[in-house]
Amino acid sequence: MATGIKDKVAVLGMGCSKFGERWESGAEELMVEAYIEALQDAGIETDQIEAAWFSTHVDEQSVGKGGTPLSTTLRLPNIPVTRVENFCASGSDAFRGAVYAVAAGACDIALALGVEKLKDTGYGGLPAGSRGTLQPQIGFNGSAPGNFAQLASAYRAKHGVNKDDLKRAMAHVSVKSHANGSINPKAHLRKKITEDQAINAPIIAEPLGLFDCCGVSDGAAAAIVTTPEIARSLGKSDLVTVKALQLSLSNGLEASHNSWDGSYFHTARIAAKKAYEEAGVTKPRERISMMEVHDCFSITELVTMEDLFISPEGGAVTDVMDGFYDADGGVPCQIDGGLKCFGHPIGASGLRMLYEMYLQLQGRAGERQLSDPKLGLTHNLGGAPFSNVCSVCIVGAEGA
Amino acid sequence: MTGSNVAGITSYGGYVPRLRLDRKAIADANKWFNPSLAGQAVGERSMANWDEDSVTMAVEAARDCLADRAREAVDALYFASTTMPFSDRQNAAIVATALALREDIASVDVTSSMRAGSSALLQALTAASAGTSGSALVAAGEHRKTRAGGAQEMRFGDAGAAFTVGTEDVIARLLGSHSLTIDFVDHFRGEGAEIDYSWEERWIRDEGYSKIVPRAVTGALEKSGVGAADIAHFVMPCVFPRLPEKIARSCGIDGEAVHDTLHAVCGEAGTAHSLVMLSHALEQARPGEKILVVSFGQGCDAMVLETTALLPAVQAARRGITGSLERRRPEENYMKWLAFNGLVDMELGMRAETDNRTPLTVLYRKHDMIEGFIGGKCSECSTLQYPRTRICVNPECKAVDTQQPYNMSEQRGTVQSWSADFLTYSPDPPQHYGMIVFEEGGRLMMDFTDVDPGTVDSGTAVRLAFRIKDFDRRRGFRKYFWKAIPDTGAA
Repeated sequence: MATGIKDKVAVLGMGCSKFGERWESGAEELMVEAYIEALQDAGIETDQIEAAWFSTHVDEQSVGKGGTPLSTTLRLPNIPVTRVENFCASGSDAFRGAVYAVAAGACDIALALGVEKLKDTGYGGLPAGSRGTLQPQIGFNGSAPGNFAQLASAYRAKHGVNKDDLKRAMAHVSVKSHANGSINPKAHLRKKITEDQAINAPIIAEPLGLFDCCGVSDGAAAAIVTTPEIARSLGKSDLVTVKALQLSLSNGLEASHNSWDGSYFHTARIAAKKAYEEAGVTKPRERISMMEVHDCFSITELVTMEDLFISPEGGAVTDVMDGFYDADGGVPCQIDGGLKCFGHPIGASGLRMLYEMYLQLQGRAGERQLSDPKLGLTHNLGGAPFSNVCSVCIVGAEGA
Repeated sequence: MTGSNVAGITSYGGYVPRLRLDRKAIADANKWFNPSLAGQAVGERSMANWDEDSVTMAVEAARDCLADRAREAVDALYFASTTMPFSDRQNAAIVATALALREDIASVDVTSSMRAGSSALLQALTAASAGTSGSALVAAGEHRKTRAGGAQEMRFGDAGAAFTVGTEDVIARLLGSHSLTIDFVDHFRGEGAEIDYSWEERWIRDEGYSKIVPRAVTGALEKSGVGAADIAHFVMPCVFPRLPEKIARSCGIDGEAVHDTLHAVCGEAGTAHSLVMLSHALEQARPGEKILVVSFGQGCDAMVLETTALLPAVQAARRGITGSLERRRPEENYMKWLAFNGLVDMELGMRAETDNRTPLTVLYRKHDMIEGFIGGKCSECSTLQYPRTRICVNPECKAVDTQQPYNMSEQRGTVQSWSADFLTYSPDPPQHYGMIVFEEGGRLMMDFTDVDPGTVDSGTAVRLAFRIKDFDRRRGFRKYFWKAIPDTGAA
């Protein structure tokens, strides 16, 4: 009988590059930037790493295929490197690989590193991804904002929410993240915005305006993991341990079966339930200290508050407007500024979220530091509402 | 079947694209160069959407024609157009697949003349008369390219028409026909050319129409044993005002019988137009009336038809040309017209650079699913699903290899979720798309087309249409697929 991942693996060190339009850096330079910080934080040498998981999504724009870009860039000692591509959950899935390897006892120290160099496309927004051979013939001509925007129409229809009220709640989601990001030196966008600015911004995909969409940026993040025992033997205390690592993938139900109403993430609810069970959390609204969720678009974050069972179904608009997810609210969300201010270098984002949870749990988040957080949740959502990969990770103080 | 059956038309259908370009918009944009356009700036012409071509319009007309007919009964397909998207890849085969006709049918593309449409219909009628084929479908579509600011731009229109032909349940029987083949070149479109080159109109009118058409009319009346005065509907496409009436009268046909060329509301749809006008005439005819159809082009086709008592039942179940004309959306943006027709080099942005090569192996493997919108119905749990796959999507079922092909193209649906997207490249932004839930079951995230921005919401009713999905301009290929059209109620 599986016993879950709780407290079997500790984070030994983490690193995160400055995110943004890194015109001067390629993927390789960003990888080194995150890696050196993680290595120094862990207090180990490269030769002590026994296996690595490398996440990156858009290989056409970045480093190409395979695991060799990581191995070569970091001059790893000819160890196994597994390339992970799982949409926007790629970084979290790479972390899962490294953590599982340590938990299995296959190695003592493992690395997860994610990177994405998006600003070599020549235009704004995410590049269109390849979709195989059949989808281009029967799929629709969409984009990420247009896919996620549809949550809004379905949510309004289901909950009878007025269009203006939903738009204002979406605006508040972004205003809160910009306020948080404005004090984070590693964030890409560091300006505060107002609700009116967000509401009146040009439309990208109805009803999402410019400020309802996260930025597009370059970045890398890395985690080095080991067992709590080894971490302690290396002189670490106040360990941050992994409490839950769950992934849930669509199986075609949302896309092809009429039981889904389009207003929520079917996978997120499944991944969240399993993660809480794995972490032993029964009342998430009370137990989760803080969250970094996949706020690719404001509406995604809003419905995710319900899918993670923090807000009751249909209650996210009220919670958002009450400031429950603000920095001084009940469950601060996107305390580092989120995808909204970091942008979304796809392969790196999951690890960037864990980086903030790790800093907060160790009391090292500077101006953003929350008071005594115990459990942090990260959430990624890759693909589209009707077909996606969802990851939910929970990390926390050892024993919490 | 044996020879000498009384063959005729057994059903009809028509299609005119929803967009109508105001002729005043053409004149206003171009009168600095060609002031004479101002005199023609009356009414509107039909305008194919960017995703429509002769094939898609023929498919729409054929769907109308086959609305209450068993598609399995079609034994032969004639597709007529001078603007076929493919020079080598039978265009009729695309029409057949989109309509989910049987594979064991004969099919042919008929082209190269303004009377290709009427000739296709005559060939089908002749074959039915001779008993050499059962039921045939004749479909025509035309989408001619023109230069900016010319008379053709003013006069032409885009449309399609379709008929089924046979010897049973005839609604208009063929009484007789007469064809002339004369190499009179009023205009031509040579190899590699996209646009017609025309000679002087006065010569075309006087030496062409006025001398050739009466010979064909007289011949057809003689062969059918019908007196000119008995013709109730004289169907003659012609871009010259009043000429059909003049020719009719010269042949002894009542001027009142001359059928509207639809110039004011549609424009002339090339080789499809004689069939568009015939379809329109059948919508208005009463049983027992005689219709004379004339089509000019390197000679002339003329045929005499007589409607039967079975016509009214068919009339009640057709959208037809009249219904299509009512389903109009005025377009006054001449730049949009130029852009849709490739007449201006728009800055499309880098997102338009995506390579759209179609793997032909995949297209063939799934051709019924892609072009015919054939989904699957699980024989275990009856769940409809698209795409059709090996394992049922119903979480309570998941049976393997139980999905029976099921044509979902005629289903109505409703919008569950949607967006209007300004980011993705679209020839007509914002790109509308969303989740369509079908009335009989099943769903698909689909592109929308023919949308009035601001009118779509969750719960909006839709019907489906066969349209161009993408152009692969590097290779001269185009992808077709089905799209959702928000129902305006008029269709």
